[in-house]
Amino acid sequence: MTHDPVRISLLGVPGWAVLWALSVAAFGVFGWRAWQLIGLLRQGRPENRFDQLGQRVLRFCKHVLLQPRLLNERSIGLPHLLIFWGFVVYVICFNWSLVRGLVPVLPIPYPEEVFVAALFLKAFAVLVLISLGIAVARRIFFPPPHLHLSWDANLILSLIAVLMLTTLLSAFWPRAMWWLHMVTVLFFLVYLPYSKHLHLLASPFNVFFGNLRPAGDLGIAGGSEEITAGSAKWNEFTWKQLLSGFSCAECGRCDRACPATTAGFPLQPQEIVQKLKKHTIHAGLETNGGKLIGDVITEDEIWACTTCMSCMERCAVLNEQIPIIVQLRRHLVAEGQMAKTLQDALQNFTRYGNSFGKSDRMRAKWTQPLGWKVKDARKEPVEYLWFVGDYASYDPRLEEITRQTARLFQQAGVDFGILYEGERNAGNDVRRIGEEGLFEMLRDKNKQSFEKAQFKAIVTTDPHAYNALKNEYGLSVPVLHYSELLDQLVAQGKLTFAKKNGVRATYHDPCYLGRYNDIYEPARRVLQAAGVELVEMPRSRCQSYCCGAGGGRIWMEDTPGVKERSAESRVREAAALGVDTLVVACPKDLVMFQDAVKTAGLEGKLTIKDLTELVQEALKPAAQA
Amino acid sequence: MNILVLLKMVPDVVEELEVAGDGKSLDTSFLRTIINERDDHALEQAILLKERHGGKVTVVALDAPDIDDTLFATMAKGADRAVKITDAPEGMTTQMAAKLCGQVVAGLLPADLVLTGVQALDDLDGLSAALVAQQLNFPYIGVVTAVTAGGPTATVLKEFAGGVRGEFAVTLPAVLGVQAAEKPPRYVPVAKVRAVMKTNKIETVSAPGDAGAAQIEVRQLAKPVVSSHAEMLEGSPEEAAGKLVELLAQRGLL
Amino acid sequence: MASNIWVLAETWRGQVTETTLELLTLGREVAGQSGSQLEAVLLGDKSLAASLGAADNVLCAANVEPTPEAVAAALAQLVKERQPQAVLVPWTNLSMDAGALAAAQLNVPFVNGCKDLKSDAGTLVAQCVVYGGKLEAAVSATTASTLFGVLPGSRSAASPGNAPTVTDVAVTLPEAKVKFTKYLEPEAGGVDITQQDVLIAVGRGIQTQDNMELANDLAAALGGAVCGSRPVIDQGWLPLSCQVGKSGMQVKPKLYIMLGISGAPEHIEGIKGAQVVVAVNTDAAAPVFNASHYGINADLFEVVPALTEAVKAKKG
Ligand SMILES: Cc1cc2nc3c(=O)[nH]c(=O)nc-3n(C[C@H](O)[C@H](O)[C@H](O)COP(=O)(O)OP(=O)(O)OC[C@H]3O[C@@H](n4cnc5c(N)ncnc54)[C@H](O)[C@@H]3O)c2cc1C
Repeated sequence: MTHDPVRISLLGVPGWAVLWALSVAAFGVFGWRAWQLIGLLRQGRPENRFDQLGQRVLRFCKHVLLQPRLLNERSIGLPHLLIFWGFVVYVICFNWSLVRGLVPVLPIPYPEEVFVAALFLKAFAVLVLISLGIAVARRIFFPPPHLHLSWDANLILSLIAVLMLTTLLSAFWPRAMWWLHMVTVLFFLVYLPYSKHLHLLASPFNVFFGNLRPAGDLGIAGGSEEITAGSAKWNEFTWKQLLSGFSCAECGRCDRACPATTAGFPLQPQEIVQKLKKHTIHAGLETNGGKLIGDVITEDEIWACTTCMSCMERCAVLNEQIPIIVQLRRHLVAEGQMAKTLQDALQNFTRYGNSFGKSDRMRAKWTQPLGWKVKDARKEPVEYLWFVGDYASYDPRLEEITRQTARLFQQAGVDFGILYEGERNAGNDVRRIGEEGLFEMLRDKNKQSFEKAQFKAIVTTDPHAYNALKNEYGLSVPVLHYSELLDQLVAQGKLTFAKKNGVRATYHDPCYLGRYNDIYEPARRVLQAAGVELVEMPRSRCQSYCCGAGGGRIWMEDTPGVKERSAESRVREAAALGVDTLVVACPKDLVMFQDAVKTAGLEGKLTIKDLTELVQEALKPAAQA
Repeated sequence: MNILVLLKMVPDVVEELEVAGDGKSLDTSFLRTIINERDDHALEQAILLKERHGGKVTVVALDAPDIDDTLFATMAKGADRAVKITDAPEGMTTQMAAKLCGQVVAGLLPADLVLTGVQALDDLDGLSAALVAQQLNFPYIGVVTAVTAGGPTATVLKEFAGGVRGEFAVTLPAVLGVQAAEKPPRYVPVAKVRAVMKTNKIETVSAPGDAGAAQIEVRQLAKPVVSSHAEMLEGSPEEAAGKLVELLAQRGLL
Repeated sequence: MASNIWVLAETWRGQVTETTLELLTLGREVAGQSGSQLEAVLLGDKSLAASLGAADNVLCAANVEPTPEAVAAALAQLVKERQPQAVLVPWTNLSMDAGALAAAQLNVPFVNGCKDLKSDAGTLVAQCVVYGGKLEAAVSATTASTLFGVLPGSRSAASPGNAPTVTDVAVTLPEAKVKFTKYLEPEAGGVDITQQDVLIAVGRGIQTQDNMELANDLAAALGGAVCGSRPVIDQGWLPLSCQVGKSGMQVKPKLYIMLGISGAPEHIEGIKGAQVVVAVNTDAAAPVFNASHYGINADLFEVVPALTEAVKAKKG
């Protein structure tokens, strides 16, 4: 620059002195606010997120620097990435300019005077302006559902535009533009921590401190306090949970994925995070927040969640909405505030170890019509311990399928046994309802039964049980879903298929198998081996659409005003493909979808079948005998 | 207000009930017991009253298998004390048990209300609430579905048939036989029960005096004779439905 | 001659109840077996004695308020004075607590839930329903003047017969500590299920409120109404006026179809007037099948839609 912008006099004061005054003020306000917010986080409960630093750095690189989850939504993915990188370049250059401006005697040039820096600035100015154009157009002309169209956002977009324009126009009015740029950035600095764009500052940390344990484990690492009582006040959440709100950009990805939101339940995962954030700030800094549960977040919202993991799967800043909701539920459970139906289910779990309120001695009653005795793993050693689960054991609609699975295992020469009355519900849904103590009780009882038995691995037909056994029990043996075992049996040639099944079918990925545990392919491989022509639904694999039964919802009534039940939406989606069969690999799905087929008026058009049934139908007749 | 609640464990009818070799009593080898459902409602009503008016709830029960768990659960729900009556003779009838419980309850007075279930699944020779009321010389009313206290009387709703209820003013102290609490019995989380197990104690008193002799004799206990078992319509649901429709049509019911 | 058999006459809003008349039929049988007289004890309005013609004599104390306390005190006093062989008390919400209290005062057993009563070599033996209907006990008492709580539906109602002789008796009542203030009527509206020819009764087996649609559809196809067992009413899925059973309505439809009802005696006693009873239940051993004419041992969620279709098809 030919004329150093700070070596001018502004109303008789040297430019550098003005810059000093502005900077001290802006950084002062920013620092004060940041200090306040960090203070809030420090009042949260402890949670160890400082382990596995290498992993964390990798995570950070992936999700902050490359942002793959944003790229999923193409219209905004690339623009956001460009704005982000533009921001990085501009932050570096701003600081450079600032230091140079504050200390005019430094023998260094301004960034604009360095060719490479100037090139980057100009190039990004153009790219960012284009991106801003797209972002604004998206907001105005094709906003996706659940995107918050706030003035806050418009202001920020305008400020960024000003920054870019000042760079591009600096050739004409270099000093004026320099000052405008600097003042804008300093204003930005003050404004940021008071706006939703706190996101910009908090989310990199949020990603870095993200959860590295299995998503299917609801424990809190290094949490010092008893989690059973849950959280009813902002400072009863962990610091990391509080950080979630600061990181949320109100993009609405979670809401768009949420089956409860889509079905018209009062829940929006984004709102949970946002409300917690606002309440934290109000209650923590202004002490006028009202009651978190009741005034801020309603009980209906809290109970609407199916814990399907869609929100967390999509969140670009790796927020953990479900653990927050479960914390709130834990509190409600501790206070006994829940639907009567849910109470009954919990009571039954406590007393009989299943939600059906049937005697545990009846758990293996389904085996009786088999005509042969399934081994009791507590009495003789087996290779596979089959954890049957409640629905497959007790629901009269599922018993026959459970027997078919038993026959299938037998035909394939699987050495398996069950625990008979020694099995309890695995506790997966109980834990997600927020009844932590009951979960522990069920887990301990199951583990006692495991100790009495001899086996090399566990196989289960229930994805919910699968998740708990695999991620929350701390077992040392492998845990398999039956689709995995069938897949192995096919690969080993122990299950051979005679005919091309000829069925055109689609497969529903169970939440607790897919999103929770990343198991998508075994069932598909088995189906293909059985000659099934597999067609995919628009929402498949990690985008699979929950049936609505998870997280204890199966024991709760629909809330009035629900637009379309999740299960109905799902069977319509399947039927729209023109397939005649929807294949499931979860007992609850079977129950939910069979019902939905009736209520959606698809009877005779779409059949719901378990994976086992299709395999059984395609087996070599010789093997069938 | 001070409330005493009398609880009793009864056989859980979710399990198959078998008759013992003598043909007169229950086979206890596989028996599982559960809190008598109406008593659970009595407890709930007591806790609701305590929440509304303050005071103390004391639970009294005869020793039985699993009784400790049940009593801890009552304290986790909000009862202040739990008293277990030990060393009572086995196989007491309702009348005999009431005689012992009544004496223990008398020792725990004063109380404004004594609540217990209007009936238990295994009652044969009387209703505990009425028997205890007689011993204490308190007024009594049964089949109660709501209680509002305040002052020297309580306003009590008693259920009749046809959904009609009667409102009664009952002079306190009184014994009420509860049919249903105003709200379904609350759920108490496992962790809370565990915490109570660590902090609270169950008081024990040994059974006072003589329970007297049974005034009834059970000559036989048996599964109901299936004198008029339904004609079962077999086949798939569709087939069974079809058969039923035919039968109804034949009888001119369609 | 042996001392008399008594029946406590139960009055409800100015009328002698049906159950009282049933007890008179049973009482007459028992009296016959032991060669004794049958007397009804009427506490309250003397004009009602006219309905009690099935008894040989009516003992009437007109000054008794309809509270359990007053009824019990009066009954106990009369029993003490006159030493009947046994007293049959209706096992109903209305009278069970009075019976229990009178027995406590007399220090005799109040034998619960009798569905039958017989004289066996001079001793009365009651057949009692226990454990929610899972078992039955044959019970005899070792005392004189035992009170028996007899379930509704034990016999068919006795016809009023000729005007009986009435003996006025005096009782002195203690100071009332339980005072009746008023009746609370069930919320009005909805259908009167006691007047329906076809009733579809749903029980806990229906699971959720949404599933009530299934029952509604079947009722619509059959031209009837939906009613329920207590748990369904407790859930608020049907109004209280649709509850059938002990604490609900006594119904007398031509066709009564029970879906997911276990057949607890409290429910069954409400349907003794039904002509044809059908039960659908997944539990083959459910007591409900002992109280119905036709049974389908299957899942109601499968049977009901099929049945609705079949009915529609048949009706054309
Ligand atoms: C003083 C007193 C008064 C009472 N008054 C009344 C009264 O007026 N009316 C009344 O009804 N009760 C009354 N009760 C309650 C009564 O004792 C029973 O608890 C009640 O009737 C049971 O209702 P239920 O049969 O619907 O439920 P449950 O006993 O729980 O039976 C549910 C049944 O549904 C079956 N089932 C489950 N799923 C399915 C399926 N998918 N398909 C088919 N079948 C299925 C089960 O096998 C079971 O048999 C009273 C109790 C007392 C003590």
